[in-house]
Amino acid sequence: MKNPVLSLTTDRRTVLKGAAAAGALQIASPFVVPVWAADNLKIGICNPLTGTYAAPGKNEQTGCQLAADQINAKGGILGRKIELLIEDSTSGDAGTAVQKTRKLIDRDHVNFLVGNVNSALAQAMAQVSNEKGVLHIVPGGHTDPITGTDCKWNVFRVCNTTRMEANSICPLLFKTYGKKWHFITPDYAFGHTLYQGCEANLKKLGGTVTGNELTPLGITDFSAYLIKARAANPDVLVVLVQGNDMVNCLKQISQFGIDKQIHVAGTQQELESVEAMPPEARVGVWMFEWYWKQAAGTAGLDQFIADIRKRSGGKVPTARTWFGYVTIHAYALACAKAKSIEAKAVAKALSDMELPPEVKLQPNKVYFRGGDHQLMLSAFIGQLNTKGDGDPENLFKVNSIVAGESIAPSIAETGCKMQMPA
Amino acid sequence: MTDLLLFNATNGLIIGAFYALMAIGLSLILNLSNVINFAHGGFLVIGAYLSYTLTPYLGFWGALIVAPFLTAAIGLIVERLLIRRVYGRDPLYSLLLTFGLAFIIEDGTRQIWGALGKPTSIPAFLSKPLSYQFFFITGYRLFMVAIVVLAIALLFVLLRYTRAGIRVRAGTLDLETVAALGINIRTLRSLNFAIGIFLAGLAGALASGQLGLEPTMGDGLLMPSFIAIIVGGVGSLTGTLLGGLMIGVATGLTAVVFPSASDAIMYVIMAVVLLVRPRGLLGEEGMLT
Amino acid sequence: MTAEQKKHLAVLAAIWAALIFAPYWMPLFGGYTALGTRVLAIGLGAMSVNFLLGFTGVLSFGHAAWFGLGAYGAGLCIKWIALSTPLGLLAGTLVGGIAGGLLGALLVRRRGIYFAMVTIAFGQVFYYIAFQWGSLTGGDDGLRGFARQPLHLGFATVDILGNSTAFYYFMLVCFACAVGLMGFILRSPFGHTMIAIRENERRARFLGIAVEFHIWIAFTLSCFFMAFSGALYAMVNNFADPRMLHYSLSGDFVIMAVMGGMRTFWGPLLGAVVFVVLQDYISSVTVNWMSFIGLMIVAIVLFFPRGLLGLLRQRKAA
Repeated sequence: MKNPVLSLTTDRRTVLKGAAAAGALQIASPFVVPVWAADNLKIGICNPLTGTYAAPGKNEQTGCQLAADQINAKGGILGRKIELLIEDSTSGDAGTAVQKTRKLIDRDHVNFLVGNVNSALAQAMAQVSNEKGVLHIVPGGHTDPITGTDCKWNVFRVCNTTRMEANSICPLLFKTYGKKWHFITPDYAFGHTLYQGCEANLKKLGGTVTGNELTPLGITDFSAYLIKARAANPDVLVVLVQGNDMVNCLKQISQFGIDKQIHVAGTQQELESVEAMPPEARVGVWMFEWYWKQAAGTAGLDQFIADIRKRSGGKVPTARTWFGYVTIHAYALACAKAKSIEAKAVAKALSDMELPPEVKLQPNKVYFRGGDHQLMLSAFIGQLNTKGDGDPENLFKVNSIVAGESIAPSIAETGCKMQMPA
Repeated sequence: MTDLLLFNATNGLIIGAFYALMAIGLSLILNLSNVINFAHGGFLVIGAYLSYTLTPYLGFWGALIVAPFLTAAIGLIVERLLIRRVYGRDPLYSLLLTFGLAFIIEDGTRQIWGALGKPTSIPAFLSKPLSYQFFFITGYRLFMVAIVVLAIALLFVLLRYTRAGIRVRAGTLDLETVAALGINIRTLRSLNFAIGIFLAGLAGALASGQLGLEPTMGDGLLMPSFIAIIVGGVGSLTGTLLGGLMIGVATGLTAVVFPSASDAIMYVIMAVVLLVRPRGLLGEEGMLT
Repeated sequence: MTAEQKKHLAVLAAIWAALIFAPYWMPLFGGYTALGTRVLAIGLGAMSVNFLLGFTGVLSFGHAAWFGLGAYGAGLCIKWIALSTPLGLLAGTLVGGIAGGLLGALLVRRRGIYFAMVTIAFGQVFYYIAFQWGSLTGGDDGLRGFARQPLHLGFATVDILGNSTAFYYFMLVCFACAVGLMGFILRSPFGHTMIAIRENERRARFLGIAVEFHIWIAFTLSCFFMAFSGALYAMVNNFADPRMLHYSLSGDFVIMAVMGGMRTFWGPLLGAVVFVVLQDYISSVTVNWMSFIGLMIVAIVLFFPRGLLGLLRQRKAA
């Protein structure tokens, strides 16, 4: 029975050769660690590049890369060039995210860690970075504990907290639309804290909650919840779901014609989600954490937009792009201020550090609050453009830019008890 | 309250019809070829993206008709190149193969169309609710149901009255005899697979009107399809249809009384069916054990 | 001792030598100790799946459920009950194993695809529970706030929390115990019965073997091993999350078992090494790593169904 086995193996061999040739084109020997210039400062970015969060993750990375190139063009940090080591954390696999974090720290010896879009992964990574004493900035993970009950001396965050989001938009909604609100809340930690923030604001202003629909994450059909919402006859329908859920929900809201009967609003909205919606679904009053179309005269903005357009095939920067951009620049500025790259010194320099105009790209004072390491970024409040306003890229009309300082809860309220290292 | 329940039950039927469409395609492939197609959600995504790409050229209706056929063609190629080689082997291998295929499809669609969701529009006359007062149904949902009903009716006619259809049904019961009778089971299997994938592509083209279009959109629809088959009974298409409708209605009704459990109710139903009647509602004892 | 036995011992010695000295030779190739620890935990998981799949011939595609239950059990125990690593491991193993045993009794009459589909669905039930029961499991954010505790051995304290090398050896000891037990069971009369059932179930039945009962025992045992590996994995990252229960992880374990060689004992470990290391490496190099992994799976199914070790054996036989 030798021949059949032989022919099989030959068949395999040919396939193997072909596959090896094809694979070798992309991959060199797997076990040779590329030798980086020993002098370079290594920054590890562990963010989702696949899965549901791939789009925001990619945008954050683009912002980081622009900032890194700009800094390197000016000579780097303290005379050393920056090298970005990029790892895919996946959109939900904490085991992989932690593994990559350990790899970046243990094997690649990064000086600075960036990540993650997914709040849970961000917290898991923070545990590791804290254990190893590496400076860590979270560009776009929103869950409150990161700069709240779980705050750590080496962890800073750029995007805002759920409490800040609620505080930013609730007074406006109450004043403009009315006091009876109905909520559609995603049923997980982020959604719950967001709802609590809104509810607290509403109660303080004297309004009432007509109902809170808890929707399972990833649910595709919102009709049952929308029906209940409409039956409750509120003044405002507050949509708290994010990402793909947001796209589905708004699509269905416009198909049901609810936006013609009830005012639709929410807290956080992202350009990535809006770009995925058909025009008729772009309804409501929302808050963006940063928006590209601002009043003329904002320092550095036009250059930033132009630079990003070149790198993203003509698209405008989103808040996520800006998060990544701020993260790398903030690190560079802090190192320069501390005249050192040692984690504790840089952390100290970052605390209460204010961002210069060409980094903050907005009016108002923007700085990392010392007590909880949260960036006091402004909230851009406005209306989605159903008609596109003639400019296919201008999907949102900004009505006001509220300073982060004024909407952030006090440090005591966040529950952060920062423990500085010895 | 009855208004609410009525609406949700109707809405549940609509969702269920959609689940049934997916599940029937999956069931067709499972019954004849013993292949669990883990990549079924991936083909849905392909159908959705194809219809999105074709819409500027063929319009909404043209894309809706052509996209499923294109998807079926892709399915046919996949079947000839890959799936055909694992027929007759341990079911483990078909499971793993389609599992790997699902990875490739997700990454491929992300590579070709990008990670950002794509905006999809539906014709204006469909995107309005039928009535603002009562029966809170949008034109598009009714349209979806109409298409699904049409597709499933055509499928049953195909299986009942055409020669190919009869052969497929016979093959489900006893493939060996069918082969012994001189029928080319290779072509039969290919045809069957293509039909199953056609249904997935159709589901995708329909879904893109209502859901956000992005590479992972098929993930949430795979499990309900599996459960519809288990509940309805492996081997019975009518059972799968009933199973899908049941799950849809149950999900809709649960959303009224116990919203956070609306996702879980289908697992509860599955558990109950497995305990009380393990072969499923309309399944036959001994079908694929 | 025959030549065959000598060769067998030599191979065994080589495997253990490689494992014992891993923290020293891995960095030479761009590896790092944490990777090795992770590979051990996942490798044990793959071997547990193979215990059922390769040796009994039963395909369970939802085995990650027991893995995840083991992880949550261990984490919850350390977080709320007692700050003790061994107790946590025990708790996790029991939770996963017992749950598996109970559910196995329900499923044991089914076979083939039906069994596989049902295991997938049940696995998802646990995923869903972990996701929704946020107050207990932390929901989507995962279970945090616990960490593996230093071992107090009476005469010395082993710091497995801070020292990653120490932790690697602790993991290796646990791995050795589990693998030893597995090997013992497989060599026992019970193990031979399992193989008999795999080879020809009908004949086994005619020989008077209580097939369903044996399958149930094999299923339960594999669940216990799986839960143990899950508990160990929770120790690796000090973290447990619903993803550990998802069917895609189940699929990964099955892939590892098949890739390494389903019918062999050490095959799954080899499969786990290749899979984890490859995935770790490829995902750093290209964003399209999913396509590569998918292609690899397809290639294995089509061209190397017997896995790497199976291939070696075939070459030897030919």
